[in-house]
Amino acid sequence: MSKRPASERIQDFREVDQGLSAEEAVAEAARCLQCKKPKCVEGCPVTIDIPGFLADVAAGNFREAARTIKQDNMLPAICGRVCPQETQCEGVCILGIKDKPVSIGSLERFVADWEYDHGVELPEVAPSTGKRVAVVGSGPAGLTAAAELARAGHSVTIFESLHEAGGVLTYGIPSFRLPKDVVAREIEQVLALGVDLKLNHLVGRSVSVDELLAFDAVVLGTGAGLPYFMGIEGDNLNGVYSANEYLTRVNLMHADRFPDFDTPVVRASRVAVVGAGNVAMDAARVARRLGARVFLIYRRREEDFPARAAEIENAKEEGIEFLTCANPVRILGGPTVTGIECVRMEMCEPDQSGRPTPRPIEGSTFSLDVDAVIEAIGQGPNPLLIHLIPGLAIGRKGNVEVDGEGKTSLSGVYAAGDVATGAATVIWAMGAAKQAAQRAARAIDRMLEES
Amino acid sequence: MTELYAIARATEIADKIFEFWITAPHVARHARAGQFVVLRIDEHGERIPLTISAVEGDLVRVVFMAVGKTTTQLSSLGAGDAIRDVAGPLGKPSEIEQYGTCMVIGGGVGIACTPIIAQELKRAGNKVIGVIGARNESLLILEDELRAVCNELVVCTDDGSKGFHGFPADILKQRLAEDTLDAVWIIGPAIMMKITSGATRPYGVKTFVSLNPIMVDGTGMCGSCRVTVGGETKFACVDGPEFDAHEVDFDELMQRQRIYTAQEQESMGRYHEHTCRCGEGGARHE
Repeated sequence: MSKRPASERIQDFREVDQGLSAEEAVAEAARCLQCKKPKCVEGCPVTIDIPGFLADVAAGNFREAARTIKQDNMLPAICGRVCPQETQCEGVCILGIKDKPVSIGSLERFVADWEYDHGVELPEVAPSTGKRVAVVGSGPAGLTAAAELARAGHSVTIFESLHEAGGVLTYGIPSFRLPKDVVAREIEQVLALGVDLKLNHLVGRSVSVDELLAFDAVVLGTGAGLPYFMGIEGDNLNGVYSANEYLTRVNLMHADRFPDFDTPVVRASRVAVVGAGNVAMDAARVARRLGARVFLIYRRREEDFPARAAEIENAKEEGIEFLTCANPVRILGGPTVTGIECVRMEMCEPDQSGRPTPRPIEGSTFSLDVDAVIEAIGQGPNPLLIHLIPGLAIGRKGNVEVDGEGKTSLSGVYAAGDVATGAATVIWAMGAAKQAAQRAARAIDRMLEES
Repeated sequence: MTELYAIARATEIADKIFEFWITAPHVARHARAGQFVVLRIDEHGERIPLTISAVEGDLVRVVFMAVGKTTTQLSSLGAGDAIRDVAGPLGKPSEIEQYGTCMVIGGGVGIACTPIIAQELKRAGNKVIGVIGARNESLLILEDELRAVCNELVVCTDDGSKGFHGFPADILKQRLAEDTLDAVWIIGPAIMMKITSGATRPYGVKTFVSLNPIMVDGTGMCGSCRVTVGGETKFACVDGPEFDAHEVDFDELMQRQRIYTAQEQESMGRYHEHTCRCGEGGARHE
C-alpha cells in the first residue's frame, strides 16, 4: 500500500495511506495459503472468514468478497484502516513466519472501498420481532451491536450525545488516518438496516434511566471518553489540552478550518504531547499539520511505546520529535503555557507488563519551551450514565463489569467496548459488541418463546 | 437522522439580550433548574452552553446576550428559523432542598436563570428572596416573572435608575447582618459571583454559583471546562455547573474564559464584514 510523502501530507488532513489497486489486491490475495485451520480468523475479534474473502478477491470477485466480510463486520472500510492487524490476523498469518503476512487489512479496505464505489449491498434483515433494543453510544461498539441486533429483526434505537454519530471514529481518530466520509458511509449502512439514530441525546439526562430500562434490552457502548490529566502544577493553564479536547476541536468541530468553522484551537508553534499511545500519535500529527514543531514526551523508551508500529513510523516521518525517558513534573507559564519541565528517567527492573519501571533521576530536570501541551495519558470509562443506573456493578477502574459475553449485573443490560474493558481498540470494542449483541438477541429469543 | 430544533418565539427583551423559546422535547421532558443545553447553530457552528431558563411543554427557553460571533448570529434568527443541534439537559440540577430562607441573586443576563431556581425552591417549601441587579433599568430582565415566584424581590441598578442604587452584594450583606439566610444562589458574570459570594463566607452560609467556563461537548469528554473547586479539578459540565462558591477558584475560571479572546475577535470581525457585505440577504434582525 503506498503512502503519500511526509512533506506533502503534513500540509493537509487527507488520507496518508493510498490503498491498493485492483491488480495489486488480486495478486496480494492470491498469496493466501488457504490454511485448513486458518489462524487469521482466530486472530480476528469479529471472526471474519478471511480465507473466504481472500479467495473471492484472488478470483476477482470483489462483490462476493464484500458479502463475505459483511457477514461478520459491518464496518470493513473503517477496520481495514484502523485495526492493528499486525497483532491480530496478520500477526498470526503462517506466511509471516518466513515472509511477509498477507496484507489482510489493506485487502479488507480495498473490498469495502470497491463495494462503495460499485453500489452497496445490504445484508439480509430478519423479519421484525417487535422487540425494542436501546444502544447507548454510536461508536464502534454501539454501531456493531446495533447492526447485529437490527439484522436479527429487533427494533434498534441508538442514542448519541454528540451532534454526529461515530464516537471515537468521528471525534478521536483524525481524517488522515480515517477519512470522515468513510465513517459516514459505513454509519449510513448500519442505519439502512432500519436502525433509528437519536443525536443530541445524552442518556441519563435526555433519556431517563427508567425510560432506558423500559426497552427489552439495553447495550451500553458509551466508551472511555473521560480524559485523565497529569495532576501536576500548571495542568489548568491556558493552552493545556486533553488529547480528547484537542482532537475533538479539530476532528469533530473542524478547528483546523477556523474561522470558516467557528470553533477555535490554540495555534501553537511548539507543542508538547505527553504520552506515546495511538491517541498521542494522533494528537502529535494533528498539531504538526496545524504548523507546530511537536515534541512527544514519554517516560519510557521508544521500544516501549504502546502505539502501533506503523503510527510511530508515520509520526517519525512527519517530523515528530521523540523525547523518551522523560517525565513532566510541572507545566510552566501563567496564564498561558510557556514551557514544560521534565525529569529524566532511568529504566529499572521490569514490571508486570514486562516493561522496565521508569524511575526519576535526581537532579536531572530540564525544561522545554512550548506554547501548548496536549496530555494523552489515557482515558477512563464515561462515568455519567453508568453511575446513574441503580444496581449496575462497576469495577475498580470505573468500568462496567461484564461476564465473558457482555452481560452486566442487571438483567437485560449488556455492555461492550471501552466502557467495559477500559480504553482498548476499535476492533476489540466491535468484537465484544458482537458477542454482547448475540447474547442479548438470545435472551430476547427466549423472551419471545416464553410469551 | 438530522433533526432541526425550531425557534418558536424570539424576543429582544433588553438591549442585546434575547429570549428564545426552542422546540426541544427531549430536553424539555427532563429539564430541571440549574441545567443547561449545548447548542450549535449550523454545520459550521461551535457548541455553546446556555443555561435553561424556563420550560413550557416541548419548549425550552434560553436567554443570551449577543456579545460574540455565535450569540450575535443566534440573535439574528427569529421565530420559524431552526437551530441545527440542541443537546441536553446537561449538568447536575440545582441542589433543591428545604433550607428555610433562601436568597437567589441574578446579575445581568444571569438573572435569566433565577426564576426557575426560585420557583423550585419555593415549591420545596423555602421562603425565597430574589435580588436582581443590572447596570441600569433598561438591562433589567424578567423582573415580573421572578417577582411572581419569590416572597420578596429586591431590584438593584448600578446607576440608581431603578430600585436600590448599588449592587446585589450590598443587599446580601445587609440581610446577612439582619436576618438568617440558609442558602444563597448567585448567578452572573464570574467577577460578580466571586465578589458577591465573598459576603456569605464569614457567615458560613451555603452559597451556590453557576459556572460558565468554555465547553465543547458538555458531557464530560474533553475537560475544556475544568475548574478548580476545593483544590480539586472538576468538570463544570458534569460535576456542575453549580458549585459551592466558597470552594471555587474564580481567578482560574476567569483566566480560562479568556483563552480564545483573540480568535473570538477575529471571528466576530469576519462575521460583521460578511453580514455587512451581504446587505439585505445577510443576517436578519427581528
